[in-house]
Amino acid sequence: MKQIRNFSIIAHIDHGKSTLSDRLIQATNIVAARDFKDQILDSMDIERERGITIKSNTVCLPYKAADGREYTLNLIDTPGHVDFSYEVSRALASCEGALLLVDASQGVEAQTLANLLLAMEHNLEIIPVINKIDLPSADIERVKHQIEEDLGLDSEKAILVSAKEGTGISELMEAIVTKLPPPKGDPQAPLQALIFDSHYDVFRGTIVHFRIFEGSLKAGERIRFMYNNTMHKVEEVGLFQIVRKPQKELAAGEVGYMIAGIKTVSDTRCGDTITLQDRPCDAPLPGFRDAKPVVFASIYPVAADEYEELAQSLEKLKLNDASLIYEKDTSAALGFGFRCGFLGLLHLEVVQERLEREYDQSVILTVPSVSYKIILNDKTEMIIDNPTHYPDPTTIEQALEPYIRASIIIPDRYMGAVMKLCLDRRGINKNYQYLTSNRLEMIFELPLSEVIFDFYDRLKTQTQGYGSFDYEVIDYRPGKLVKLDILINGERVDALSQLVHEERSYTRARVACDKLSEEIPRQQFKIAIQGVVGGKIISRSTVNAFRKDVTAKCYGGDISRKRKLLEKQKKGKKRMKMVGKVMLPQSAFLAVLKTDTE
Amino acid sequence: MANPTPESNPSIGIYVHIPFCQSKCHYCDFYSITRAERIPDYLDALKKEMQLSKISGVRADSLYIGGGTPSLLTPRQMGNIVDWAAAYFNLDPNAEMTLEVNPATATTRDLQDYAAFGFNRLNIGVQSFNDHHLTFLGRRHTAKQALAAVKAGNDAGFTNIGLDLIFGLPDQTAGTWKSDLLQAIRLAPKHLACYMLSYEPHTPLHADLQSGRFTALSDLRTADLFRMAHDFLGAAGFEHYEISNYAQNARWRSKHNQKYWNFAPYVGLGPAAHGCRVPVRWWNHRSLDHYLSDIAAGRLPRADEEHLTLEQQMIEALYLGLRQSDGIVLADFQRRFQSDFKLYFHTAIDRFNAEGWLEMDDRRCWLTMEGMLFLDRIVDELIEMIS
Ligand SMILES: Nc1nc2c(ncn2[C@@H]2O[C@H](COP(=O)(O)OP(=O)(O)OP(=O)(O)O)[C@@H](O)[C@H]2O)c(=O)[nH]1
Ligand code: SF4
Ligand SMILES: [Mg+2]
Repeated sequence: MKQIRNFSIIAHIDHGKSTLSDRLIQATNIVAARDFKDQILDSMDIERERGITIKSNTVCLPYKAADGREYTLNLIDTPGHVDFSYEVSRALASCEGALLLVDASQGVEAQTLANLLLAMEHNLEIIPVINKIDLPSADIERVKHQIEEDLGLDSEKAILVSAKEGTGISELMEAIVTKLPPPKGDPQAPLQALIFDSHYDVFRGTIVHFRIFEGSLKAGERIRFMYNNTMHKVEEVGLFQIVRKPQKELAAGEVGYMIAGIKTVSDTRCGDTITLQDRPCDAPLPGFRDAKPVVFASIYPVAADEYEELAQSLEKLKLNDASLIYEKDTSAALGFGFRCGFLGLLHLEVVQERLEREYDQSVILTVPSVSYKIILNDKTEMIIDNPTHYPDPTTIEQALEPYIRASIIIPDRYMGAVMKLCLDRRGINKNYQYLTSNRLEMIFELPLSEVIFDFYDRLKTQTQGYGSFDYEVIDYRPGKLVKLDILINGERVDALSQLVHEERSYTRARVACDKLSEEIPRQQFKIAIQGVVGGKIISRSTVNAFRKDVTAKCYGGDISRKRKLLEKQKKGKKRMKMVGKVMLPQSAFLAVLKTDTE
Repeated sequence: MANPTPESNPSIGIYVHIPFCQSKCHYCDFYSITRAERIPDYLDALKKEMQLSKISGVRADSLYIGGGTPSLLTPRQMGNIVDWAAAYFNLDPNAEMTLEVNPATATTRDLQDYAAFGFNRLNIGVQSFNDHHLTFLGRRHTAKQALAAVKAGNDAGFTNIGLDLIFGLPDQTAGTWKSDLLQAIRLAPKHLACYMLSYEPHTPLHADLQSGRFTALSDLRTADLFRMAHDFLGAAGFEHYEISNYAQNARWRSKHNQKYWNFAPYVGLGPAAHGCRVPVRWWNHRSLDHYLSDIAAGRLPRADEEHLTLEQQMIEALYLGLRQSDGIVLADFQRRFQSDFKLYFHTAIDRFNAEGWLEMDDRRCWLTMEGMLFLDRIVDELIEMIS
């Protein structure tokens, strides 16, 4: 059996996981120097543009260790942002070890802790790695201290690297080989393999990413997905080495891909177990816990006749984003669409962008909402995450909103600022404790609806980048809920309605009206925008009619310039939606949720 | 160069850009520089560009020398350009030959010399007869100089004189615009161009607007000034044949400019000049240095070119067609795009017609004056229907 090591790189956002992956990849020479680019595993446009990892990515590295033996290192680079922690947890399920990266100048942050806990849940062997030691602000001793105190790990074992400059890389590779355990599993046993991801390829159908725990698999064999109970014939198995490298066979302990002519997208399910049809394993693997969405919003196609296409696109996107959940939805203003659950606002943005870029869909998103528990007078209980389904207020006995437990780690000088921020957001301070000297972990209970929008940005500004934040949903608590409707020229636009805490209704209504008046282009008539709660108008704004719409300047023979402008507008126009007589741009729907400075 | 379109081997237009000005006007985003000492080098290169882009078997029936400030050239230099155009593009002796003139630089003597080279049309950049407005625009000349320039043109024997005016300045009232128009009419030009002031990025005027030094005239008021010009000049016998252009009658329309709007072939020479021969459009570097170095290397100084798809051609046909009072000629549209304009766009056409923006008969479809005020919106909606 091959000498294999399966490990993930985990860390707080921006601590250098993808950069470290680059160095490990380069050390093994699987990519020609001229084909190399920084953060090579961040292959999606949106990852490169934003400079963050969104998807976990696997790469298989051949490595000749100091002991003279050839090893196969399966590295999984993971995202650091909270919204993508589901990606991390699935990556960890196919590993025996993890490199826990800590930025030498930032130190331990909230997701460092959160990811460590995840790795411990999976019983992984953990190697602490201190990165960015090249920075002048690096404070290795302090970080070592934090690793001991905050994380409870042995800081003696920490490996010092600079992913940027490539220092410490060979030492790290030796540590991976010597400190991390090899996978267990018997290549001769009946096949038992876990699907941890997949993606759709126009030519080859669904490409399944999997880890073999027992047995082995090669082209030509017939397999069964145990949960979905579908059968397929394997066409190709192989390894990820930036590009797909076909192999004769994959065996227990290996991580790779499989192509099996799977054209029906719904056949593949993340967490399902693959086994051989003729020689099945006894029981499926436990699979994954479902992702728990915290934010909900509806997605509609801009053109009503693109609904089917959107449906297919979402299905394919879900193959590659197991945390996305959705169901059919309808709106009077926008027609047929989907109600989707997201792990956070960034996740929502990413889904929208991927639909547009990868599937060429023009979509409109409605105002995101959390899910509320409503108890009616007759004691029936309902969960509402869509303002459209909000019942008649007179029938409601009580509304409950989701609360989170937030852990915020800051240098203690920001205590006052953070306290104010959280109290402003209706938070309750439950506890605080010093981690290492000067560093404070503050625990708050906060309504989820108060943190999904711009809480994290605010925290970052108020703490000059030093604050970090992690949270979990804990329970539902009573809250005064109202439904804020937006009328445009007297017509209620259901897709702009939102459920808000009573205290917030005036600000939200004002911001919504103001933002809408900025976003809605002027038309031939005056447009009145009103925010209404329970029949009462609480805010208003107007978009004046336009009186001319022509540029009469002559550019001589330069006809292209104006045409290009028109072409650009035509593209942008695809994002407009007629609501009654009024054209609403896609941006209007998103603008409503921006809370602005309150 | 693309093949000529099958239906024709029509006469071409020649545009020559003179990229020099004494100073930059505040609103101007045309390509021009103030280093007049480079004129001789430029003219040498221009001659080479003409040689390089020589097309045999064509005939040019319009020549337009614009800028910049062409009147910075000596009559000798101007004469050379005409000679080269004749040599390399077979310039028709009866061609419409327009020279753009800046009131700050025009003398009767020069204009007489220009006339001797065959120029038969003067286009004078008056912009305004109001000295405050001229200062605001950053023009170097006064209203008095503008009047003198027109007189010089007349004295030099030019019968076809056109004037350019700009309206829509901040605080401009109906009264000041009316007196501009009145003054213009008194000079009995054959052609009048009335441009709406636009604030182009990277111009001083744009920066001033952004920084709040003044507020732009409201759309409402600007629209009123546009209507006023239409009514006023209409009453004076002018034909409003294109959004910004008026002619004493159809005969005095600018032959050359109409080429731009009707997909006729034209060659653009000099930095930043554009050329077209359907379905290709190309343009030169917007930099004299770049232009000169390309020519020195024996290359055409092209910045880029594009081959228009049919959809792009249709967008242009809509945009350009509806700028003109002749509108979209249905038969032309049918021939070029194999589709019935009225059928293709009928829902929008009906709506615009009901709005009073658009009219048609069985030959043409055109915008009313009110419609012209909403050209961008109208074209936008039409092109959105192109699939
Ligand atoms: N000075 C220095 N900068 C580094 C080092 N490693 C990474 N960086 C920089 O840190 C930033 C984040 O690096 P990434 O590798 O994208 O971080 P990441 O952990 O993958 O980020 P996410 O995937 O978004 O969680 C980039 O600007 C890197 O250039 C290092 O060793 N030294
Ligand atoms: S004279 Fe004409 S080209 Fe020269 S700066 Fe003024 S507007 Fe521009
Ligand atoms: Mg990354």
